[in-house]
Amino acid sequence: MTLQGWGRTARAETLASRPERQREVASLLAAPEAEPGLIAYGGGRSYGDAALNSGGATLLTQRLNRLLDFSPDTGLLVCEAGATFQDFLRTFLPRGYVAPVSPGTAFVTVGGAIAHDVHGKNHDHNGSFGDHLAWIELLLPDGRTLRASRDEEPELFAATIGGLGLTGVILRAAFRLQKAPSSHVVVRERRLPDLQSFMAAFAEIRRQATYSVGWIDGAARGVQLGRGILQTAEYATGAVPPASRARERRMPVDLPGIALNRHSVRLFNEAYFRQVPAAGRDRVLPLEKFLYPLDAILDWNRLYGRRGFYQLQCVLPDATAERGLPALMERIAEAGAASFLAVLKTLGRRGHGYLSFPMPGFTLALDLPARPGTPALMADLEATILDHGGRTYLAKDACLSPAGFRRMYPDLPRLQEVLGRVDPSGRMRSDMARRLQIHGAA
Amino acid sequence: MTAELWVVLGASSSVARAFARAAAEGGADIVLAGRDQADLADTAADLRLRTGRHVECLDFDAAGFEDHDAFVERCWRIAQGRRLNLFFAAGSMPDQDAAMRDFRLARSILEVNFLSVVSLLNRLEPGLRAQRGGAVVVLGSVAGDRGRRKNFLYGSAKAGLHTYLQGMRGRMLADGVRVVTVKPGFLDTAMTWGLPGLFLVASPQAAARASLQAAGRGRDEIYYPGFWRLIMLIIKLIPEAVFKRLSI
Repeated sequence: MTLQGWGRTARAETLASRPERQREVASLLAAPEAEPGLIAYGGGRSYGDAALNSGGATLLTQRLNRLLDFSPDTGLLVCEAGATFQDFLRTFLPRGYVAPVSPGTAFVTVGGAIAHDVHGKNHDHNGSFGDHLAWIELLLPDGRTLRASRDEEPELFAATIGGLGLTGVILRAAFRLQKAPSSHVVVRERRLPDLQSFMAAFAEIRRQATYSVGWIDGAARGVQLGRGILQTAEYATGAVPPASRARERRMPVDLPGIALNRHSVRLFNEAYFRQVPAAGRDRVLPLEKFLYPLDAILDWNRLYGRRGFYQLQCVLPDATAERGLPALMERIAEAGAASFLAVLKTLGRRGHGYLSFPMPGFTLALDLPARPGTPALMADLEATILDHGGRTYLAKDACLSPAGFRRMYPDLPRLQEVLGRVDPSGRMRSDMARRLQIHGAA
Repeated sequence: MTAELWVVLGASSSVARAFARAAAEGGADIVLAGRDQADLADTAADLRLRTGRHVECLDFDAAGFEDHDAFVERCWRIAQGRRLNLFFAAGSMPDQDAAMRDFRLARSILEVNFLSVVSLLNRLEPGLRAQRGGAVVVLGSVAGDRGRRKNFLYGSAKAGLHTYLQGMRGRMLADGVRVVTVKPGFLDTAMTWGLPGLFLVASPQAAARASLQAAGRGRDEIYYPGFWRLIMLIIKLIPEAVFKRLSI
């Protein structure tokens, strides 16, 4: 069957299987059909080719989604790899627990969260997902099942966090939920007129605010470059409105390419900017709505039409972000590739995995509709990111070059060392691993 | 209100798992019955965490008829004052051609899909009537509505099942025990995964909800998705002289 990344630019013809029991996974990995290589595919929210495996086998983990154990005292939750953040939220938020780190969509599985060492809107405080992981039960390429943690198999553990699924198939994982004082958050929103003031505002609040995220008008240029809305959120105290489950909507059709042009984008962004009054505002929102604003529209990726889109997310170190971010944004605006809202956040520390994305600095994420010139633009942006000592987030990536990848992720040899030990025959494969030559040049 | 207990048979299947979840979310306690105890234990843990209901696991082999007495006894012991209900989803659909060559395989199709329900329900019937209520929901199949040359071994087992359930429905009617035959069309399960030529495939969750609802409303026989009633009506109306020539 054909699988695609969330950005719909990367596709793969692959032999897919969808096990419903743990014991099936081992036999699928050992089957002759998996000989050309296998990769696990979770929620399908990686934008590029991380979970794709053209001409090989793909193991869909969506039906291995059971919650297995929870200790209210320690917050330790054990679950299967296909369990999603939506499962955690719906099951545990009413009991006063929340995932300590959550990506921007609740449809991400635990397996995917580990394989990309995902981060959320609270990275300065809580780090990335791997920082909360107690252990992983991993089916190794040779068929053995191992438990890896900081104490057991520590190299395998660090290789698997952010390891793009290449160390084996994650069967189960244990991580710690934390106490949530409320099911709602008070979201404070304020307008910021340009990038400089945006970054200054972040510098001020990033250590205090529980959650923080910036929405940037990707179409604004000149003195307005980088203008946008800064949201900070704290858990609500006292009574909150009764919970009502938000209705899920769908995108019924692919939007035709013409619907999305620089004028319509500018109009949308202007309206978005102006919905927050000049003096700012405070709103009480269900945590779900704040953490996962786009999940209300189930397949929003169809917004970009059949040709799909690329997402660029990079982090630039604190020291260079002030020069690097405007350079990136100007280059994008110049190319007329202006996207809807871009997202700006701060990151606090390095992740535990060899290929973990975070480093202290600013991270910018934006969508670029796929057009003939987009890959060339992405190559330009890659050079700018490298010049400023930054790196690209592999969960979003479909374009990075093998050379650029090596400069951004200097710990790659440590992952390769582990792969050479646990997967000498190269049973775990993906289109991303081939593109970035993670197993070495072909 | 009487507390409800649902015994879910063949509980490793995706429809059964979804049914157990829906029933537990509706406030019922659950017994998961099947062969893969490690898998059932995981599902039980999941149900307890998500719903807070009481969940137990029992070893059950649909074709192990000699053990069914003990199994039924265990079910009644667990029920203890709660009203016992049954959801039967154990089934198997091996390759028809292989089953034509190997009678043991053909017999297992009849045993797992048909005789298992006869064995179980015959033994449960006195108790069900004595509790004067409860529901028995059994997964049949549209394949049982007409004998197609490509899938008639499985189909004939399901046809036998449908007829048996019709009789049981009448037999227990006066005692308030409802018997619901659910005839799914194409469901997105392990049984159909990767098969060519499927259309409008429904999710196991939706099928499970529809089954539970049918039990609540006291329906006799439902198709899921509902449009299969129309498709099967047309297929049933095709004269045999024509139908026998169709290679479907």
